[in-house]
Amino acid sequence: MTFVLEKAAAPAGLRRIVIDPVSRVEGHGKVTILLDADNRVHQVRLHIVEFRGFERFIQGRPYWEVPVMVQRLCGICPVSHHLAASKALDLVVGAKKLTRTAEKCRRLMHYGQILQSHALHFYHLASPDLLFGFDAPVAKRNVVGVIAEHPELATQGVLLRKFGQEVIRITAGKRVHGTGAIPGGVNKSVTHAERDELLPQMPQILAWARGAVRIAVDLHRAHQEEYDGFGYVRSNLLSLVGKNGDLDLYDGTLRARDADGGILFDGVDSQNYRAHLKEDVRSWSYMKFPFIGSLGADLGWYKVGPLARIQNCDRIPTPLAEEARQEFLARSPGKLVHAPLAYHTARMIELLHAAEVIDGLLRDDDLHGDDLVAKGPRQIQGVGIIEAPRGTLIHHYEVDSQDLVTMCNLIVSTTHNNQAMNEAIREVARKYLDGKEPTEGLLNHVEVAIRAFDPCLSCATHALGKMPLVVELRSADGALVEEIVRE
Amino acid sequence: MAPEKKKLRVATASLAGCFGCHMSLLDLDERILELLKHIEFDRSPITDIKTCGPCDLGILEGGVCNAENVHVLREFRKQCKTLVAMGACAVNGGLPAQRNHLDVRDCLQDVYLVGVGVSRGFIPNDPELPLPLDRVHPLHDVVKIDYFLPGCPPSADAIWQFLTDLLAGRTPHLGHGLIHYD
Repeated sequence: MTFVLEKAAAPAGLRRIVIDPVSRVEGHGKVTILLDADNRVHQVRLHIVEFRGFERFIQGRPYWEVPVMVQRLCGICPVSHHLAASKALDLVVGAKKLTRTAEKCRRLMHYGQILQSHALHFYHLASPDLLFGFDAPVAKRNVVGVIAEHPELATQGVLLRKFGQEVIRITAGKRVHGTGAIPGGVNKSVTHAERDELLPQMPQILAWARGAVRIAVDLHRAHQEEYDGFGYVRSNLLSLVGKNGDLDLYDGTLRARDADGGILFDGVDSQNYRAHLKEDVRSWSYMKFPFIGSLGADLGWYKVGPLARIQNCDRIPTPLAEEARQEFLARSPGKLVHAPLAYHTARMIELLHAAEVIDGLLRDDDLHGDDLVAKGPRQIQGVGIIEAPRGTLIHHYEVDSQDLVTMCNLIVSTTHNNQAMNEAIREVARKYLDGKEPTEGLLNHVEVAIRAFDPCLSCATHALGKMPLVVELRSADGALVEEIVRE
Repeated sequence: MAPEKKKLRVATASLAGCFGCHMSLLDLDERILELLKHIEFDRSPITDIKTCGPCDLGILEGGVCNAENVHVLREFRKQCKTLVAMGACAVNGGLPAQRNHLDVRDCLQDVYLVGVGVSRGFIPNDPELPLPLDRVHPLHDVVKIDYFLPGCPPSADAIWQFLTDLLAGRTPHLGHGLIHYD
């Protein structure tokens, strides 16, 4: 099937506008837009332009190397890949349940990652658009401009991120590409001295995190109507949900809702992800297009990440973030929020939640235990799913009797949002570009919509999964002639 | 560092890398504010400048894995007086070069072409997609590189030492503890 504005009916003679590279996002992507002589928009595409094939060269490596190798997929969320791989390999070494110390050290590492990544995205990458306007001059529209005009806000962003990075350093050995987690547990716990480096900072971090939610809410309210409609894209939602429907970014079962909030599936064990998610390929992007299998490619695509998570869960189990979530939900009673720019507020609510979780963990003596690794009967495969800063991250490995990896399947967060990002930029193109001479400022509107999703295009270019692949053969009038599924 | 009259103009980009080196650059934390008194950014993932203009310093992360990487690398070499390979991938190809012993066509087929019983899988192929190279290369395979900053990633302290040496007009020297090849 082809979505509206995905493919120009007659591309010959159309003028090609390109945004290359998409900037202030992580990774490599570009947007192409085809316009006719009257600047009417005929085609809009977000292309992921690199192919790296991590899954392929990981085959043949010993499984214990994997958590350290795969974090090189992404320098912004290395901890997410590190932990998703470790969770999958926990099952391979038969560690169905980790020791309390191991699980809490990993959770601390993960929420440190959420805190630093969300701070980085909001303050360093996205805030210039929100503070200065989508068509502000290029010279000013960046973090240097924010530092010059809003030094206090910029400094808070730098220091929030620094704190998250320090949590990672203490749990993983270094800030980027550390170790820490190993199959079955962790290789070190947190010392009292390390805790004492972090804990005294918590009151300030919590205060800034509350302020971050306020800043995001205020920026949205200042442009309520424009932001609510900007790149608006209704879709299903997918995320992990923890026990009792709690928001849990480290572990849980898969839940999906339709665009009105109805449950599509719930309580799905991570080991069974393949039964529910399928993927399409387009000729023009190396990033695949996942969808919920039972709904098909046309209707089954979905959003992941903060906006999906805080609406998919039943509650956030920390008080300040839950209060902020309730305020967020109260602004559109009974209706799911689908505005991409609402991701920013949702992200800051999660940042506050991460700060609260870290605060709680730092007061927990289990962090200092010395029972670090669990073991059990060796298994041949395992799936690890985690909620990375950008959304649901799936790692799946098979390991042979020689301890070598024979199969690796990664579905990274950003890939899930592929269709939603493409639909969002098509909506922006319809509303802001259609019929106008495209200026730099107008084109930045397209990037603003992409940035809202906080895509990690670097992850997406490394990781190309082997999901069940569905090919639909349709006749010229769109009727389905044949559907072939490769499991 | 004494404030300079004219700021050093610096471009940065990530080629076939993971952005971890750029994260390490941001790990300068508060020192970023100090650094910005002495440098200004041209093309970089943190600005919206899409092509590299004339610069004093270019810093590239990541190796070279496709035709687009080659293009950006040459652009940087042409525009930047001094060009730095930052991090393991830029210096020697890094982890992505693990695919060098594999046939790129096999890799693509593995991912996109369907197996037994399916007839219509395909490998993405479009003029908008830069062609992958058969191997991942370090930057100095393609252009002359003036400085190599090893590490995966180089630590913020290493980047700081390197940049402050350059800004002060010294030959950069990373002592014990700052040079590492993880």
